[in-house]
Amino acid sequence: MSNPLISARGLTKKFGDFTAVNGIDFDVFKGESFGFLGPNGAGKSTAMRIIGATSQRTSGTISILGKDPEKHGPQIRAHLGVVPQQDSLDMQLSVSENLYIYGRYFGLPRAFVKGKVDELLAFAQLEEKRDAKVETLSGGMKRRLTIARALVSEPEILMLDEPTTGLDPQARHILWDRLFRLKEQGVTLLITTHFMDEAEQLCDRLMVMDKGSIMAEGSPASLIKDYSTKEVLEVRFGSDRNQGMADQLRAMCDRIEELPDRILMYTEDGEALLEKIYAANLHPKTSLVRRSSLEDVFLRLTGRTLIE
Amino acid sequence: MSLTNIRQGSLVLVDVAKVQSRGALYVAQARTRQMMKWIWMIIGIAIANPVLYLISVGIGLGGLIDESVGPAGVDGVKYLTFLAPALLAQAAIQGTMDETIYPTLEGFKWHKTFYSMNSTPLTGTQISYGIFLTSLFRAFYTVVLYFGVMWAFGALESPRAWLAIPTAIFAGASFGALMQALAGKLEDENIFFVVLGRFVMMPLFMFSGTFFPLTSMPFFLQWIGWISPLWHATELGRHLTYGHAISPLMIWVHLTFLGIMLVLGLFFSARIFTKRLAK
Repeated sequence: MSNPLISARGLTKKFGDFTAVNGIDFDVFKGESFGFLGPNGAGKSTAMRIIGATSQRTSGTISILGKDPEKHGPQIRAHLGVVPQQDSLDMQLSVSENLYIYGRYFGLPRAFVKGKVDELLAFAQLEEKRDAKVETLSGGMKRRLTIARALVSEPEILMLDEPTTGLDPQARHILWDRLFRLKEQGVTLLITTHFMDEAEQLCDRLMVMDKGSIMAEGSPASLIKDYSTKEVLEVRFGSDRNQGMADQLRAMCDRIEELPDRILMYTEDGEALLEKIYAANLHPKTSLVRRSSLEDVFLRLTGRTLIE
Repeated sequence: MSLTNIRQGSLVLVDVAKVQSRGALYVAQARTRQMMKWIWMIIGIAIANPVLYLISVGIGLGGLIDESVGPAGVDGVKYLTFLAPALLAQAAIQGTMDETIYPTLEGFKWHKTFYSMNSTPLTGTQISYGIFLTSLFRAFYTVVLYFGVMWAFGALESPRAWLAIPTAIFAGASFGALMQALAGKLEDENIFFVVLGRFVMMPLFMFSGTFFPLTSMPFFLQWIGWISPLWHATELGRHLTYGHAISPLMIWVHLTFLGIMLVLGLFFSARIFTKRLAK
């Protein structure tokens, strides 16, 4: 494989006594879409800010585009497009002005930025909002504008911190579509998310993080294969009976997880398992057979759900 | 629908050395663009403020004072002429304060725009200098407009009175730089505004020899004037607009005081911005 664009070893960030990122190692290669998956507070955003050459690490090494962010912050940031968790747009300026001034911050010539603004407005489907104040935009529009803004300098790496948090399903799908297009053009994507469906949709390779550490790494499919079974049977007996059932159910399959409202049963064949439960004269109030997801991987690795 | 133009990539497009030399100017350009959104309000305030002050205090109260002091005048001139240079410097200070404190709070706290600016090759130092430069722009036209109103009121006696424009801006710059550094440190701006308004700005305005010579104050209160950029700029302004007598040494003292304040303000504001952004 070629040299990684980003390479970290033992990367650590502490805030006083609190360790936000705890000695993590990873490599990101050109053209790939790499994700940090984990719940809020897992250390994803902190890791992103270090990669973004704005926050300084406490210890460990990291190289971005072959440079150390501590010494070459501006030289690294020149080639990154950053979409922070909070849009941080300029509320007083119009949509097109926000793109324009950001392009100028990269020292890009006025004529180039003007052309680029038109192109990005089309890309973000904001042409009709060109002269609108940012304040008047919907959440989804603001998010698309923030992504468009990050693209003004044609960055080598696009970093997205929780790109779709707070958006409705339709707005999320529009955003995912835009990100797919960028990936097709060879832009390296770095994404943090606590949505498993987003991670599955967008990422070639994932790092599952919890409490500042890496729990597992791999493609979404390989993670599911390694840490879960093919299918999951979800059964509900009612909150008062779930617990009493757990022991009987455990004997019937590879593994179970007891959640407050339901029991998850891990198996290669969900329908067959459900028949077995009925045959044993156990009658769940509801049942559902589904494929394993990254949520199950996370549950297995940490004993907790992603969104709590 | 898509990025149709051929992608050149940031490695070709972005000239980091150019941003390193001109970054503060890019920030100032963007800030000026924001300022232009309410330029008419700024101009309105810049004209209405001196007109109202000079009519009410300068002419209204001044009429009474001129009558009671007789032909000797206050410091040898009409009260209006005495007061105007102080108000000129005060306007510059108010202008730079508005344009350093509010954008700094917006950038770090309200909309966190400094963080997105810092995601470009721009550094904390460049952001702080850019914001500061824009505040000078505001101070410049505020002071020029103020000066025009003073001229219309006949408050300028000396042919070199126009030199009070740069000294007033200088005072604004010194105080603004310091305020910007302070605003960069702020976590809770509500308390700050109360303290600043009541315990800093008010005493400075009242006790900097603005409305009467500093020497008329009890000696133990005169120190407020000595540490106030407003007093230093007012002394210089009076000297320039109507020939208020000060020694060459004191001219240097006033200029040096303002200069030191400016350098310290800029130094700390660059440092504070850089540190806060790197957290």
